[in-house]
Amino acid sequence: MTTVSLPAPAGVRPRRAAGRWARRGPLLPALLFTIVVTQLPFLATLVISFTDWNALYPDRRGFAAFGNYTAVLGDPQLRSSILTTVVLTVSVVLVSLVLGLAIALLLDRRFHGRAIVRTMLIAPFLVVPVAAALLWKHALYNPEYGLFNGILTGVFGQGAAQPDWISDAPMFSVVSSLVWQWTPFMMLILLAGLQSRSPEVLEAARVDGAGAFAVFRHITLPHLRQYLELGALLGCIYIVQNFDAVFTITAGGLGTANLPYTIYQTFYQAHDYGRASAAGVIVVIGSMIVATFALRVVSSLLKQEADR
Amino acid sequence: MSRFLPRRTRLLGAALALGVTAAALTACGGAGGGTSASGHSINVLMVNNPQMVDLQKLTAANFTKQTGIKVNFTVLPENDARDKFTQDFSSQAGRYDVATISNYEVPFYAKNNWIAPLDSYAAKDTAFDQSDILKPIQSSLSSGGKVYAEPFYGESSFLMYRKDVFAAKHLTMPAHPTWQQVADLAAKADGAKPGLKGICLRGQPGWGEVIAPLTTVVNTMGGTWFTKDWKAQVDTGGFKKATQFYVDLVRKHGEAGAAQAGFTECLNDFEQGKVAMWYDATSAAGSLEGSDSKVAGKVGYVPAPVDKTSSSGWLYSWAFAIQKASKHTDDAWKFISWASGKDYLKLVGNKLGWAQVPPGTRTSTFANPEYQKAAKAFYPAMQTAIDTAKPTDPGVQPRPTVGIQFVDIPEFTDLGTQVSQQVSSAIAGKTSVSAALSRSQQLATAVAKKYQ
Amino acid sequence: MTQTLSAPAGTTAPPPARPRKVRRGRGGAILGVVAWIVGIAFFFPVAWMVFTSLHSEQAAATNPPDLTAPLTTDGYREFFATNPWPYLINSATASIVSTALVVVLALFAGYALAIRPVRKWSDVLFFFLTTKMLPAVAGLLPVYLIAQHIGLLDNIWLMVILYTAMNLPIAVWMMHSFLAEVPVAILEAAALDGARLPTVMRRVILPIASPGIAATALICFIFAWNEMLFARVLTGVVAGTAPVFLTSFVTTQGLFLAKVCAAATAISIPVLVAGFAAQNKLVQGLSLGAVK
Repeated sequence: MTTVSLPAPAGVRPRRAAGRWARRGPLLPALLFTIVVTQLPFLATLVISFTDWNALYPDRRGFAAFGNYTAVLGDPQLRSSILTTVVLTVSVVLVSLVLGLAIALLLDRRFHGRAIVRTMLIAPFLVVPVAAALLWKHALYNPEYGLFNGILTGVFGQGAAQPDWISDAPMFSVVSSLVWQWTPFMMLILLAGLQSRSPEVLEAARVDGAGAFAVFRHITLPHLRQYLELGALLGCIYIVQNFDAVFTITAGGLGTANLPYTIYQTFYQAHDYGRASAAGVIVVIGSMIVATFALRVVSSLLKQEADR
Repeated sequence: MSRFLPRRTRLLGAALALGVTAAALTACGGAGGGTSASGHSINVLMVNNPQMVDLQKLTAANFTKQTGIKVNFTVLPENDARDKFTQDFSSQAGRYDVATISNYEVPFYAKNNWIAPLDSYAAKDTAFDQSDILKPIQSSLSSGGKVYAEPFYGESSFLMYRKDVFAAKHLTMPAHPTWQQVADLAAKADGAKPGLKGICLRGQPGWGEVIAPLTTVVNTMGGTWFTKDWKAQVDTGGFKKATQFYVDLVRKHGEAGAAQAGFTECLNDFEQGKVAMWYDATSAAGSLEGSDSKVAGKVGYVPAPVDKTSSSGWLYSWAFAIQKASKHTDDAWKFISWASGKDYLKLVGNKLGWAQVPPGTRTSTFANPEYQKAAKAFYPAMQTAIDTAKPTDPGVQPRPTVGIQFVDIPEFTDLGTQVSQQVSSAIAGKTSVSAALSRSQQLATAVAKKYQ
Repeated sequence: MTQTLSAPAGTTAPPPARPRKVRRGRGGAILGVVAWIVGIAFFFPVAWMVFTSLHSEQAAATNPPDLTAPLTTDGYREFFATNPWPYLINSATASIVSTALVVVLALFAGYALAIRPVRKWSDVLFFFLTTKMLPAVAGLLPVYLIAQHIGLLDNIWLMVILYTAMNLPIAVWMMHSFLAEVPVAILEAAALDGARLPTVMRRVILPIASPGIAATALICFIFAWNEMLFARVLTGVVAGTAPVFLTSFVTTQGLFLAKVCAAATAISIPVLVAGFAAQNKLVQGLSLGAVK
């Protein structure tokens, strides 16, 4: 149901006359498993989205036609959560890509303790996301005893400003904690990209008298392009679906409810199964449109790999 | 599959089977906490309030020891717990035999046939003594003349204040304060000590958080969620006036981080001496007067502040109910009979101190001399608050449903939660009260349509 | 062909094949210091979490922070007193078993997509990736209803199945890219010798692909261990996982910061240890095998 067709790059190896099933056999378990577990539920979602079904009214179940869809599309909360999702995803991915690139450039040099610095930098990505969200909410942002305000008091004394971080800047709070977790991810991918540059080309450029910036602009950046695209794509896949940070830090309040949270809320708090499903279907359609574009990016990566 | 697959793929089946077997072995060795072989075990879902945490600690050594019934607790914060039991009960999944539900859920859970009536169990169980349960609480846990849940604790709301702070600033708390008086006192008490705020009011999103105290203010200031004939009244009159008042008060003289503060945060703030007053549940008093509280003995208790009505406290009870789909109803009742019973109150009194017994459920508790001694600071105020709560007539106009701090319809969890997020935004200064309420009015109007 | 490339990306030692000048002078030194500062800044919240977890609740809640407060393991003692073991064991079961399943399924799928590719193998590959782009939350309700219907609610095996499906697309991509590195000549030689798939798999492919398999397994383990949304809705008494447990005791009465930090540290440790121990694998895995 969700296959996006793209021009197939030529097969890597010459094909043989052997039976097609012999080739397909090893693929089928994974394919069937994926279809059954990830695609069939969406069919159920589709069916439920046309029913009037709120678990709190067991007697009122029935066919709703497009009632749920009009309700969902007319719901400003859902519309604003689409915007929130876009803002959240784009800002986290962009900021962590830029930071990740800067840090990767720093780490692409030799200095004392580089291994230790790299290990420290990876740590945020390895903290369980819920734990990270709790850490930010309670140990860092808390206005009474959080570290940020603690530092302010420590530096400026008792009269220091004590901002209520989450209430004053809810979106910024969520984004910051996610950037903290995802920058290491981007950094790792980009660092690997930097280290795969051809030393000869770099050397030649330097011999030709190219400055550091020119090297970066004309050699490094083009080379890094596919790594940047890969980082952006993977970042989007995961952050679009982020639930833990929004759920933990703001509980969806203060305008930070993204799509996953809103659907979760409709299903799990309002128990409106029909509406939750309609929202789900709409989001699936939206994701497929976005995914088609995103896959073009991957397709270029894949071609390069196939050409190698 | 094997019909059309060649030989070599059979390996895959074998590998899979191997993996699954290995995994099954791990799981059998591991995942504990399941139903024991004898079947004498029940699953209980509770809210993580202090009294429930005490119950959890006391169960193994007492209830399980006496009856041999193992109790597997799932203890969650209120919002999480509510989501979970609503999901489980509405689909009759039967994961939980017993859950703490509130007087908000009982009427429509009973109507939907999700919970089992308890009268026949209670009638046979003379030691349980159903007639000892406080009348306002029992009737709020009944539907169609049948009792569907037994209270673990009952509460109303009242105003708590620091007598020492008031004395030092020469302030006097009236015996029956109005909200205007409270606002004036909050302004005067604010900053009486470094870091001391005037009042703690909940601001955390959640219909069981900010909406509960806010709705009592709405009631007494002449507002309501809906009129008798289901017209939403959220952006007008008393509702607007009360919300503006509440938001202004908490923004000017309320606790730090108010938009994220719920009952627990306020309890901490009050116990840590960071606020001079606190309007919240009567059940907080037990913790405030507890042995490890910094403010024990320094707290005064007066009825919920009023404006146009004579009383305004809410009525709320966490009570144990048995899911209809439970397969262990007898064991479940044994647990309820123990946890909501007289002996449990004595057990807590003796083991943890009488100030910590779950309050507001039984006449005999209020009459117990030991309890009176331990709770002398607050029990009269608490008893009065529960007795004067008026679930059927909480405001100045007739209502379509029962309920003081809530509207007793299933949609209210969602409606209340969404409105609470708007109000919380207003408390955080992200939006104005009128913008928050006009959005809320749309939501309320949509809900009301179903009932008109 | 990981072995034949110059060096695995991101090794901490300078790659031998790449002579590079250590830049001298003040600029280089300053950039080194900047790198250290950035590293410490990113690590600091983690260090703070561990530091706070080793304090009493009162000391953890002071403002400004009391850096000289005595250390204590009370936070951990309280965490373990609430008996987190069933949850930790559930998480371990779900993560390890689903990872094993994913690796086996992905290995064979990778074979069919890279070594003896089926027709339109890239379409299949893209199909796997699209499933990853669909919002999982949209499938939550039907999964709940189906699980309830077949009695799998609150069952760790349901989580195993879901985590397997959740990680399979990424794993297939990774395996495809790792197996594409297996030299054709070796496979053809093995085929001429009459070796069947199992033998080829064991004798030829596994040894060459094992670094890739390790990377795949690491990533799948981390994502399965971290998952919370599905676990939260679909488990209850018996099958709750560690992240679910972590959220459950946040708002108990009184101060809880040290206890939460202790719990957060404790349940992050398996991932931190696995990730630190296999930093290079992490890079390979995160890039779906595109980066060797």
